[in-house]
Amino acid sequence: MKLNSIFLPHKKGTENSETVALPLPAKVKISMSQHMGAFCEPLVKKGDRVLVGQKIGDSQAFMSCPVHSSVSGTVTAVTDLLLPGGKVCKEVEIDTDGLQEVSPEVKPPVIIDKASLCEAVKQSGCCGMGGAGFPTHIKLNYNEAKCKVDTLVINAAECEPYITSDYREMIENWEDVMTGILLVKSVLGLDRVVIGIEDNKPAAIKILREKTAGEDGVEVKVLRSCYPQGAEKVIAYNTTGRVIMEGQLPSDQGLIVMNVTTVGFIGQYSKTGMPLITKRLTVDGDIVATPCNVSAPIGVTLSEILKFADCNLEAAHKILLGGPMMGMCVYDTEMPLSKTNNAVLAFKAEIDRKKIEDKCRQTNCIKCGRCISACPLNLMPTELEKAYDRRDKEALNKLKVGLCMNCGSCSYVCPAKRNLAEKNQLAKAFARS
Amino acid sequence: MEKLTVSPSPHIRDGITTSKVMTHVLIALCPALIMSAVVFGGRALMLTGVCMLTAIIWEKLCNIVMKRSDTTRDISAAVTGMLLAFNLPVTMPYWQAAIGTFVAIVIVKQLFGGLGQNFANPAIVGRIVLMLAFTGNMTNWVVPFYDPDKIVTGATPLVNKTASYIDLFLGRTGGCLGEVSAAALIIGGLYLCIMKIISLDTPLAFIGTVFIFSYLCGEDGIYQILAGGVMLGAFFMATDYVTTPITRTGKIIFGVGCGIITCVIRFWGSYPEGVSFSILLMNILTPYIDMATRTKPIGAVVKKKEAKADEG
Repeated sequence: MKLNSIFLPHKKGTENSETVALPLPAKVKISMSQHMGAFCEPLVKKGDRVLVGQKIGDSQAFMSCPVHSSVSGTVTAVTDLLLPGGKVCKEVEIDTDGLQEVSPEVKPPVIIDKASLCEAVKQSGCCGMGGAGFPTHIKLNYNEAKCKVDTLVINAAECEPYITSDYREMIENWEDVMTGILLVKSVLGLDRVVIGIEDNKPAAIKILREKTAGEDGVEVKVLRSCYPQGAEKVIAYNTTGRVIMEGQLPSDQGLIVMNVTTVGFIGQYSKTGMPLITKRLTVDGDIVATPCNVSAPIGVTLSEILKFADCNLEAAHKILLGGPMMGMCVYDTEMPLSKTNNAVLAFKAEIDRKKIEDKCRQTNCIKCGRCISACPLNLMPTELEKAYDRRDKEALNKLKVGLCMNCGSCSYVCPAKRNLAEKNQLAKAFARS
Repeated sequence: MEKLTVSPSPHIRDGITTSKVMTHVLIALCPALIMSAVVFGGRALMLTGVCMLTAIIWEKLCNIVMKRSDTTRDISAAVTGMLLAFNLPVTMPYWQAAIGTFVAIVIVKQLFGGLGQNFANPAIVGRIVLMLAFTGNMTNWVVPFYDPDKIVTGATPLVNKTASYIDLFLGRTGGCLGEVSAAALIIGGLYLCIMKIISLDTPLAFIGTVFIFSYLCGEDGIYQILAGGVMLGAFFMATDYVTTPITRTGKIIFGVGCGIITCVIRFWGSYPEGVSFSILLMNILTPYIDMATRTKPIGAVVKKKEAKADEG
């Protein structure tokens, strides 16, 4: 059985631009919510001096991971930050002193078994860097009595258009990627590692093939370049043939699925002990004059990153965090960069009003069935839309609205330009209520 | 910088639109239109033009009366008009054709809620109403390449069964405007398939069923699929998105059903042609076929209670 998928224009114009470091900003704003789960509480207050890698936010909640300072300097304020999703969390504003003095907390971790690996990963502030930001230590700390995990799937698909940050990770940082993979494999005692990568990245495939050649049980699996190849359930199925059932985590099927940048970071952390305080991201879009990959400290404002790439902010109409299919719109360019951002894309407004109207003109559903043949999980978006419009909770649950992962394929292919993915999200919340 | 736009993902869309889909259908119908002009002369073009124009006018008037936004730009009314014209004999009076488009657009489509909401194919119902109302005019089959001054009529190939395969294939026979040439319809159908507007599931199931069922009944299968409206129905009417099943399995069931009903009407019914009735009957079954052929979500866990409810 082959999962449904769609073909998107790749637009990977930045794939050959080597990562450049963003100059140290004068000020950073570090959000206390950069991961999935509970917000962190700030550990510092106004006037405190903080150092690079110092823990400045933490939480006692199970589902959370700590936040560290990316600069050395003085805390000028602890204020509220309105997140793009509408929630409000705390943020710590720091004026940098330019010294970049490293905190004494930063030292390489001692990793001998699963417990110490999970603890080290937790202390590193590591969370899934594919976008969702699932705290990595929870992923690694599966219940051994309940599930027999035997395979690590490395998600290197990067199926969203524009984004090339994972690709650059594999080209520039393959050593850490390999270290991370082998560390996780040996500590958890896994039989097999599968690196799933799309066939539009031949250079990365070549490097990974060379580096994994001598390793037992590590294979590179080349996948078709289609969307959403990098979705967790999709890549798990396409690399191992295992189906992650409704309500299950990958570990219930014996899998750990990890993004390639995440595993690369774990490799790096195991050597240096420097927590997650910088992030590589792709800067692209039609008003960005020099599209590039930059390595930026967490907490720098997006406007600073965009200006670095010569973005014409005056013309900006939409600015996205993440790719065009699943990325989130930014309401303000003064938003700080967070751990999970792998791209910032800026687009201009189309001048021709009539042209946009024609392009986005919504008609009634014509029942063409394109959404059904696009859905990777075989859902029926058009039926879901109708069920939601009549607020039919029973039908929504029967049609398994809860499985929708908001990949947006249905909206993309719809000739009637209906906002199916959007409706699915509303329907999911409604069905749960 | 003005205020930034915030909207839910996805932020890019494919270029396909409803009006583009409809335009592709119009293009696909052109080979058959050209053939009908060759076989029946200029009046075929005039009649098609009248049908398309009146269909658009009816749609526009409905939009005004029902205070709906203008939907003529989605081109679906033009497609309905053209398809209805293809179901008429060339001698059909223009005013009667306009009644046909009235039934199709106003009664079948707009009164049910407009595009996407109708349960029956508008052009098919238009044709059936005209058939019942103006039986004489609707069965006035002129011979091909006729002289407009002295019209000679004859029976359709389905009644006298004398036409050769090649005549049926190329269109040198009597019949409705659009159904004369199987070749032109196949070209149009393949065009739609290549442009990914339709899949071949329904047409193949439909035509295949007619072919096999005819042989089983001792009839000439090749003759049965080439003569009459099977090609037009299979490629252009039974593939109408709105009134046919949405899943692949559903489409195949629909095609097989159409094929069987067509043959039953042709061989044992009192009408020589059964394509339009078969499609209408299957249109009515479509919601049930859809219900029975829902896709199985990947990774779905069916709870025991739900499974029981399904069986009950």
